[in-house]
Amino acid sequence: MCVCPGPRRIGIPVRSSSLPLFSDAMPAPTQLFFPLIRNCELSRLYGTACYCHHRHLCCSSSYIPQSHLRYTPHPAYATFCRSKENWWQYTQGRRYASTPQKFYLTPPQVNSILKANEYSFKVPEFDGKNVSSVLGFDSNQLPANAPIEDRRSAATCLQTRGMLLGVFDGHAGCACSQAVSERLFYYIAVSLLPHETLLEIENAVESGRALLPILQWHKHPNDYFSKEASKLYFNSLRTYWQELIDLNTGESDDIDVKEALINAFKRLDNDISLEAQVGDPNSFLNYLVLRVAFSGATACVAHVDGVNLHVANTGDSRAMLGVQEEDGSWSAVTLSNDHNAQNESELERLKLEHPKNEAKSVVKQDRLLGLLMPFRAFGDVKFKWSIDLQKRVIESGPDQLNDNEYTKFIPPNYYTPPYLTAEPEVIYHRLRPQDKFLILATDGLWETMHRQDVVRIVGEYLTGMHHQQPIAVGGYKVTLGQMHGLLTERRAKMSSVFEDQNAATHLIRHAVGNNEFGTVDHERLSKMLSLPEELARMYRDDITIIVVQFNSHVVGAYQNQE
Amino acid sequence: MFYRLLSVVQRQRTSRGWQNWPSARSGASAAEAHSVALPAQAQVVICGGGIMGTSVAYHLSKMGWKDIVLLEQGRLAAGSTRFCAGIISTARHLGIEQKMADYSNKLYQQLEQETGIQTGVQIYDRTSVVHVMIKKGEVTGVETDKGQIECQYFVNCAGQWAYELGLSNEEPISIPLHACEHFYLLTRPLETPLQSNTPNIVDADGRIYIRNWQGGILSGGFEKTPKPIFTEGKNQLEIHNLQEDWDHFEPLLSSLLRRMPDLETLEIMKLVNCPETFTPDMRCIMGESPVVKGYFVLAGMNSAGLSFGGGAGRYLAEWMVHGYPSENVWELDLKRFGALQSSRTFLRHRVMEVMPLLYELKVPRWDFQTGRQLRTSPLYDRLDAQGARWMEKHGFERPKYFVPPDKDLLALEQSKTFYKPDWFDIVESEVKCCKEAVCVIDMSSFTKFEITSTGDQALESLQYLFSNDLDVPVGHIVHTGMLNEGGGYENDCSIARLNKRSFFMISPTDQQVHSWAWLKKHMQLDSNLLLEDVTWKYTALNLIGPRAVDVLSELSYAPITPDHFPSLFCKEMSVGYANGIRVMSMTHTGEPGFMLYIPIEYALHVYNEVMSVGQKYGIRNAGYYALRSLRIEKFFAFWGQDLNTLTTPLECGRESRVKFEKGLDFIGRDALLQQRQNGVYKRLAMFVLDDHDTDLDLWPWWGEPIYRNGLYAGKTTSSAYSYTLERHVCLGFVHNFSEDTGEEQVVTADFINRGEYEIDIAGQRFQAKARLYPVASLYTHKRRKEDVELSDLHGK
Repeated sequence: MCVCPGPRRIGIPVRSSSLPLFSDAMPAPTQLFFPLIRNCELSRLYGTACYCHHRHLCCSSSYIPQSHLRYTPHPAYATFCRSKENWWQYTQGRRYASTPQKFYLTPPQVNSILKANEYSFKVPEFDGKNVSSVLGFDSNQLPANAPIEDRRSAATCLQTRGMLLGVFDGHAGCACSQAVSERLFYYIAVSLLPHETLLEIENAVESGRALLPILQWHKHPNDYFSKEASKLYFNSLRTYWQELIDLNTGESDDIDVKEALINAFKRLDNDISLEAQVGDPNSFLNYLVLRVAFSGATACVAHVDGVNLHVANTGDSRAMLGVQEEDGSWSAVTLSNDHNAQNESELERLKLEHPKNEAKSVVKQDRLLGLLMPFRAFGDVKFKWSIDLQKRVIESGPDQLNDNEYTKFIPPNYYTPPYLTAEPEVIYHRLRPQDKFLILATDGLWETMHRQDVVRIVGEYLTGMHHQQPIAVGGYKVTLGQMHGLLTERRAKMSSVFEDQNAATHLIRHAVGNNEFGTVDHERLSKMLSLPEELARMYRDDITIIVVQFNSHVVGAYQNQE
Repeated sequence: MFYRLLSVVQRQRTSRGWQNWPSARSGASAAEAHSVALPAQAQVVICGGGIMGTSVAYHLSKMGWKDIVLLEQGRLAAGSTRFCAGIISTARHLGIEQKMADYSNKLYQQLEQETGIQTGVQIYDRTSVVHVMIKKGEVTGVETDKGQIECQYFVNCAGQWAYELGLSNEEPISIPLHACEHFYLLTRPLETPLQSNTPNIVDADGRIYIRNWQGGILSGGFEKTPKPIFTEGKNQLEIHNLQEDWDHFEPLLSSLLRRMPDLETLEIMKLVNCPETFTPDMRCIMGESPVVKGYFVLAGMNSAGLSFGGGAGRYLAEWMVHGYPSENVWELDLKRFGALQSSRTFLRHRVMEVMPLLYELKVPRWDFQTGRQLRTSPLYDRLDAQGARWMEKHGFERPKYFVPPDKDLLALEQSKTFYKPDWFDIVESEVKCCKEAVCVIDMSSFTKFEITSTGDQALESLQYLFSNDLDVPVGHIVHTGMLNEGGGYENDCSIARLNKRSFFMISPTDQQVHSWAWLKKHMQLDSNLLLEDVTWKYTALNLIGPRAVDVLSELSYAPITPDHFPSLFCKEMSVGYANGIRVMSMTHTGEPGFMLYIPIEYALHVYNEVMSVGQKYGIRNAGYYALRSLRIEKFFAFWGQDLNTLTTPLECGRESRVKFEKGLDFIGRDALLQQRQNGVYKRLAMFVLDDHDTDLDLWPWWGEPIYRNGLYAGKTTSSAYSYTLERHVCLGFVHNFSEDTGEEQVVTADFINRGEYEIDIAGQRFQAKARLYPVASLYTHKRRKEDVELSDLHGK
């Protein structure tokens, strides 16, 4: 998650030879970056960054920083920040001494980096036919943070129909995004289960029988689940369904997906908060639940069941629908609203939720309480708990927590918590045959590319793969030679598309490697990917993408049935 | 062409032809368009108003059948017939196809003159057949969307919808075919418009054809990556909405412009998408259904509908009128397929392989790669692990040969050759092992029937169906033909008498459907006479070689010397732990050895026992190529290759298998008696090539012309390299064509023996010795003492 004030935007708009990183000789001013970078790197953990330093530099490259920080430093932490400046000496001496190194990756090396986290899932066919409205999905991640703070999840609901897909963007560490990526779908699936199924599962637990499986996960080998917390998480989930069983009056089993999604989000966030307050006798788990609660994560989750598509969003990841118009062109339909300062209604909501005298302090510099960029998130109990509670938990918590400046620090103007919620905004969309795919991605993608370009690139990629995108001669005068030229060109384009077998990878290739003409520039791509860990975060954020492809035939058939 | 064919038959309603089609304007007769009630009954109802349906109607009426109704769901000639590229090609792959194309070509030329002649065929368009009504295995009528028609015969000429139509009956009929999209390009005229006498061009390497079309060109082709369509079955309306797919056409356009770069400036008129229908083996489908009497099919033209239309229609009409066509059409017979080829997934995958093959070199011994491993023996995995290479017959995987672990074969692409193939040495060592030690061949694919009765019914009906005398002592095996009225082979099989009332019949693999249908048709099956297909119940192992007897006696503790177990004998015995193994002293090759018919659950056990005991006798696995070499060098003809419905036992030296005097009539007896008196007009002979260099010369495969004293005398039907004779051996029929009239004359043994023969392989003639009986020395193969060497002591 973003903690640096957009150095990438400093670098990239300047397309002259003076572009420091991209010129062979590294001019002196560039070296100034490094201490800052190091700080940024650290600041991920401690929530501090050197905003002012950057500002100076930004101005010099005629860049007016538009703050998109998750956290900006409080004056109290300026010292902390500066104290780390000796990193500069260190890093310089170690790695960036006088002779600049060239980082050139060969195309196969670039591909191996881009493809390291790619994953594809194809919905299995029955008797040569795919009866699901989802054909399958491609997903991928490109880290900028080390370790990456983004997470992704995909699963098929086994006891109800439908498929769940989600991207999670963590900040102040990956603990929260990891926990949400493991747990949220279970909460959703349980919320969707009919009463009898819940009873059946509960009875099975009670009598020690085998449980009904609820989710079929579709995971990349790197997508891990915490073994240690599994028991704890299960107990919380069980408590949830027991409450659902108790609440059920048995009158209606008409489960509203929207309501289920909202309940699941809220319940999970509540459980995260409770678990941190209660603690755990096991010291490892105790520290884990605290880290989960004190870090944060946004979530953007899609539930697809036949033609019914629900997108539940908390934070600033985004869901985008790729629509193919009758003329074959692509248009983007946004299925989520970003919860940040650019969203008027969010600003309005925050102001309404707090007393008038806080109107100016609740959002400052486009951040919640001047600190947090997303206005909704999981975890982040610093923005949810009362000051008393925060102090109590930290004091009784393990030493690691007590030593951490960030966790101890109380946001300024913190009068009427909670300031933050995990409640999602749910948007329903009824799929039409022209809705070809859905992209879920963290802001790492959306801040590098315009949504229209994103949809066009994916659309052309997917149709290229399937030889669609028909040419018709119509009434025009076309000679065989002209047609041949056109087709050869299309073919060449197609073969470049074939470099990637995964739509998400293809999109990342563009996001990272696009030049001013909107085509992938290998040299640029190679340089971007050669950036050392500590530099990468300056030029880009973690990127996580899921591209879900819909089955137009099935969607069309649904439509015809009605 | 098509419209000429159409206009010959009387039409109830007219349809607008495609206005751009030149022949459409010249041929279509104008008639009042009004709807007409369907007749209540007819002798024949034909479904499908494309070229096949109309051709069948035309020929039936020419042969004197008058009561014919032709139904078309859309408009006449609106499907592939309307959209097809209109090329009649008379260079075909198979002999029978060649004959059909030649006939079609001649027919189309004279059709114009026949236009307007009254025929008695009534045509109803916009009438769909819902299903065919069947009672007791016979066609009784047709249910259409406009009402019912009672009929005696139904002809399914529904093109790419024939598959669906076949399945729509209560008793489904499998017609395995599948459509693929097919594209061709039309252009505006050249600056100097092409003349109508411009030749048609086929560039097989470029996968394209080009012809003149209204001064411009029409060019299409058969691409490497076909697009199968209508797998789920669609209605015909869709055919008009098929889209042009230029990206898909790009490779064909590229090869067109590579061949004729000057065409670059030609202006495109349109890209036509016209689905074509393909079959699993690239041959069309005709004939009567094996399950429903009176249900005929003509479809699956593999893009050659126009070429075959006339000839195919004629053969089918003959079939209906006379009960059999005038030519051997087994290669096109619907009965070569069964329900097993009817899976949609199978068809979809297979036609994607078939369509590109149209313009590819058809090398001998081609095996399809798709739709494989459907039927397998329980030993499949074992054999595969030991290096088996497989071929498929009637869906059944059979080992061709076994590649030794240290041996590398050429890649598939490179081993496509007309010369000496890369498996030569491998098969040689297998053959050698059969001659000197013992080999085991998995022959489970053979069709196996059991005929049982409560009394003498089984014997009586078999005596009538088969030419040899089956009233033999229990335990004897009889080789016999199953003949038709003309004395020709419907099947050639071995029958073992299991007991007084029960017989076990072994036929070639692809006889499963045909033979079953024939037996069902000619036997009075009831609770007293049972016919059962037991193919799937038994795994068959062929133990070939002089040491087979040692292996078997060691495994059974039973005396197996010729005194106890003479040749052509069948006994149930135990092999290893397994009891009830049917052991037969024959090998289908003339070599010593045994066939073991093993209930499948014992197959693995018996195989393991045989292999482990056989080790000390030098046992090894062998495949069908070795079997084939052994069989052909011994002059064993095979049904489906050498023998067919138009060849009689007398024509291939099998008088001994016909028992005229067995005291009972049998099918074909009269024809054979007649033939015995008149003499035969062709005679199967074996040719041993003399001056052929196996390493350097092209190999004979089949279909090579035979010259007698410099004159054409027939064609070979099969051939193999004999490792024993170290020569190529071909089998083939010798005719005696009159030098003056070309008329066929009697062929005598003397005529054969007194000729000087040559076999023509791709234009080069090789001297050959003709023989009417196998080479005697093959049966007395003994190794001379001085030839024995140390390596003979090595395990194989």
